[in-house]
Amino acid sequence: MEELWQALGKAVELLVTFDAEVMEASGRSLAIAATSCSITAFICLPLGSLIHFSRFRGKRLLLNIIQTFYGIPTVAIGLMVFVLFSSSGPLGGLDLMFTPAVMVIGQVILVTPLMLGLTISALNGVDKAITETAVSLGASRFQAAIITLKHARYAVLTAVIMGFSRAFAEVGLALMVGGNIKGATRTLTTAISLETSKGDIELALALGIVLILIALIISLTLNRLQQR
Amino acid sequence: MAIIETLSLGQKYGRQYTLKNINLRVDAGDVFALIGPTGAGKTTLLRLLNLLEKPFEGSIIFDGINTTGPNSHYLEIRRRMSFVQQKPVVFDMSVFGNVACGLKWRHEQSEAIKQRVEGALNLVDLIDYENRNARTLSGGEAQRVAIARALVTEPEVLLLDEPTANLDPNSITKIEEVLAHTIAEQTITVVMATHDMSQGQYLANKIGVLMNGKLLQTGSPDDIFSSPISREVAEFVGIENILDGEIVDKDGNLATIDVNGTTIQAISDYAIGERVYVFIRPEDIILTLAQDITSARNTFRGRIVKATLIGPLFHIKAYCGFPLLAVVTRRSAQELGLIAGREIYASFKATAIHTIKK
Repeated sequence: MEELWQALGKAVELLVTFDAEVMEASGRSLAIAATSCSITAFICLPLGSLIHFSRFRGKRLLLNIIQTFYGIPTVAIGLMVFVLFSSSGPLGGLDLMFTPAVMVIGQVILVTPLMLGLTISALNGVDKAITETAVSLGASRFQAAIITLKHARYAVLTAVIMGFSRAFAEVGLALMVGGNIKGATRTLTTAISLETSKGDIELALALGIVLILIALIISLTLNRLQQR
Repeated sequence: MAIIETLSLGQKYGRQYTLKNINLRVDAGDVFALIGPTGAGKTTLLRLLNLLEKPFEGSIIFDGINTTGPNSHYLEIRRRMSFVQQKPVVFDMSVFGNVACGLKWRHEQSEAIKQRVEGALNLVDLIDYENRNARTLSGGEAQRVAIARALVTEPEVLLLDEPTANLDPNSITKIEEVLAHTIAEQTITVVMATHDMSQGQYLANKIGVLMNGKLLQTGSPDDIFSSPISREVAEFVGIENILDGEIVDKDGNLATIDVNGTTIQAISDYAIGERVYVFIRPEDIILTLAQDITSARNTFRGRIVKATLIGPLFHIKAYCGFPLLAVVTRRSAQELGLIAGREIYASFKATAIHTIKK
């Protein structure tokens, strides 16, 4: 028990002194998750609107498939990206393996179903009369989609934050395609994994506290949004 | 010239027809009221006219363009109309933003938008609310925003679905005033659904009676209210005296009708022996205490069964060999002492009676 308290004390010290290793891993985690989340939002908001406003055969099936992929294991995506981008893979020539770029690509694939599904749900939650009123007032399909999205803004933002949380907290994908290279691809989660296996519990705990603090901030933001 | 014409228009949800064989013609400048009970299909018809739904059968011609044709330009046509729905729907933004939406979507210049939105808000008396979020308004105020939003685009056709339903009397008066002013001042065609017949009479120059998905009668308000073509239309437009009779004699077009053993004289085109419904509007019946010499061909002695004050008028139910309902002002009822059990004389003219074949 005493060891644990010592570890906690050391962790706090690492945090308040802005330890370079902790800060670097935290910064990289945030940067990769934010980039992948922004790209995913850029894809999912228009795509989600297109799916929501279109009528086509198999729409329900598509929605079911999207929902099935919400919880796909990160290692499964990691394996797929690894196969694609490894030197012998079809995209091996891009030489992206073990770079932050391939981690972003992997996270985009990981987060897309979640953000897409939640965006469609958010649009479903908007009173249909809003869209119809816009159409009856002369809005084009695109203009009607924009005003519907505006009415779903809090729920859509929730979808984006949920996507960010998933990207930020994942470890399997980052380990497999990032390689946990110090100064290059080491993130909070991969560093915690490594330091724990090395027995450096203080550093692992410090990194864990940062991870929990950021997750807490995300959760609080989410709660405030849902209350609006 | 017809701006809207429907040809054998029908709409079906599942196996149930909501509208069947609707042949409607609305000329440019008409104010056309669709009246009918709840569930008659009025909203569905307006939604079809606004091209929000595709009809199951038939076609809609808008200003000569067949909207159900392969080359229909929904957006262009819809931008020539505006639709105000029964339940006021406002966007989650300022009152100004709500009213400006339609103009922004038509890519109007911002200076023109400001000017026109302020004009529309002045018209509906909401200029002081322009910066308020429209979601914080009362139902009546929100409906006025919806009307301003519809009028600001200067539509050729304004579609109104029960614009004053479920609103307080003050809001109804304000909205009716705005609509009456717009109709008087602008070249606009209006198609409005209402179950308030007085509103239809007040605002419209043409009325269509829609019941059970069928357009039963169209005509001027006077045609509809004085000469309904069926018992159900008569009942809906408030003709409460509907009697069964048989034409027993004719002198030109003056018919003598036997009603429950009593004879009534009425103007009718039907032949002797024909079974007819006799419609008498309550307001066409005069009640007196003595048998006055009047020009009315029909005078019957009877007794008051019930006298009820409804709004400013007394509704007097009497029995004169057949049941009759008359309406009199409160003052007249008090002066004449019209209470249950009182003997009275009920008079009405032969021309005040409308007959239809049973």
